[in-house]
Amino acid sequence: MDSYGIVFALAGAISAALFGGLGSARAVGMGGEAAAGVITEDPSKFGKVLILQLLPGTQGIYGLLVAFITLSQIGVLGGSGDVSFVKGLLYFLSCMPAAVVLYFSAIRQARASIASIAVVAKKPESFGKAMMFSAMVETYAILALLISILAITGVGSINI
Amino acid sequence: MTENMHIYAVARIRSRELDLLGESVINQLVDCNKFEECMKILFDKGWGKSGFEEADELLAAESDKTWDLIGEIVEDMSIFDTLLLENDYHNLKAAIKQAYMNRDIEKIYFSRGTVKREIIFNAVKEHNFSVLDEKMGKCAEEAYQVLFHTGDGQLCDVIIDKSAMEAIYEKAAESGNEVLIDYAELKVASADIKIALRCSRTGKSREFTERAIAECATLDIKSLIDSSAAGENELFEYLLSTPYAEVINEIKKSPAAFEIWFDNLLIKHIKPQKYNSFTMSPLAAYILARENEIKTVRIILLGKLNRLSDSSIRERLRNMYV
Repeated sequence: MDSYGIVFALAGAISAALFGGLGSARAVGMGGEAAAGVITEDPSKFGKVLILQLLPGTQGIYGLLVAFITLSQIGVLGGSGDVSFVKGLLYFLSCMPAAVVLYFSAIRQARASIASIAVVAKKPESFGKAMMFSAMVETYAILALLISILAITGVGSINI
Repeated sequence: MTENMHIYAVARIRSRELDLLGESVINQLVDCNKFEECMKILFDKGWGKSGFEEADELLAAESDKTWDLIGEIVEDMSIFDTLLLENDYHNLKAAIKQAYMNRDIEKIYFSRGTVKREIIFNAVKEHNFSVLDEKMGKCAEEAYQVLFHTGDGQLCDVIIDKSAMEAIYEKAAESGNEVLIDYAELKVASADIKIALRCSRTGKSREFTERAIAECATLDIKSLIDSSAAGENELFEYLLSTPYAEVINEIKKSPAAFEIWFDNLLIKHIKPQKYNSFTMSPLAAYILARENEIKTVRIILLGKLNRLSDSSIRERLRNMYV
């Protein structure tokens, strides 16, 4: 049974990278469509809309970070690969906040970014304010990232 | 998923909304002393294609620009059929009347529609309505027979107008889009109230009114027809129980005030789309806003050409989208 520990741990790491990346890919794509629409009419707004497009791209990076830390802890990237069933399950659960929250926050952030791009299209001087609405969503992605990292490193120090 | 289909298009429309004429420009146009000054302001705002058009050409060019833009950013233009169906039925009416009078009349057709005007023209000319869709074909046959056998142009108009309203209503419901559904509802309701009022004032038979009025959700057709047959005051009494109670005052003012009230209500309904970045609703709202803008500019230009006073022109102005 203990041999399944590594499977769960790896599944958690992959989920974090997968859903974070998937969410960001969709989100940046949606933002890109809106940005392209604005640029077609007014190319001078490129810099501003590019930043707004890229805001939901961070979730993919966070997912990668969580996956990387998990892989280091479970010995896939070197070191001891001795992961018990319970520990593997705990690693899996530790990765879940990142996997789930990163995906949904990326999509929601994209919607906020698209709305902000619409603001910039009409009032470029409000770029700073518009960006804040989208940036607010980032808070919850960071909280999920934080809790996942704390849990993963915590599980590593438990002897079970 | 469908709400993410028009992100690019809506973003482009957001930028284009900056070019829509606001109240200040409209006031500036009304304040002009001469027609030529108005034209100059419009040309400066980028209206027209060559910068040397006559008023009619200028307005037609602006309508073309709107539809060309929408055609450029939306793959499937059929989603906006609701907004073009009225042109089809107008062209059908024109073609039947032209065939009946048996002479060529220029500039009576709309160039844009869901069916090419040549197809409608030939269908009427050859008396072969199978090339049209079932609903339009059936209505065309009935209107054709009525006009050619009785010469009753009014009944011919009534048949086509009712069919047009039904087609618009059905198409909007099919689209499932809030803006188009709202547009169709107001379009049919305003046409119904106008018909009920005219029938009441001219003492038309109940059968005639029934034949002219189309179904819609905000009006109870039976009550509308009953009250119309009973008299104008009864009609007003019925309208008090509908969402159009406020229009009674406008009806009492003038027919133009009635039209303005409905146009302003539509603009009020579509205004929230300025803050919506998803779905096709902002695109439909933009088309309606442009049509409203063109209509308003037409009123101003005609007013200036006919030397109407500024106050007379202002009375006829619509609220703007931006």
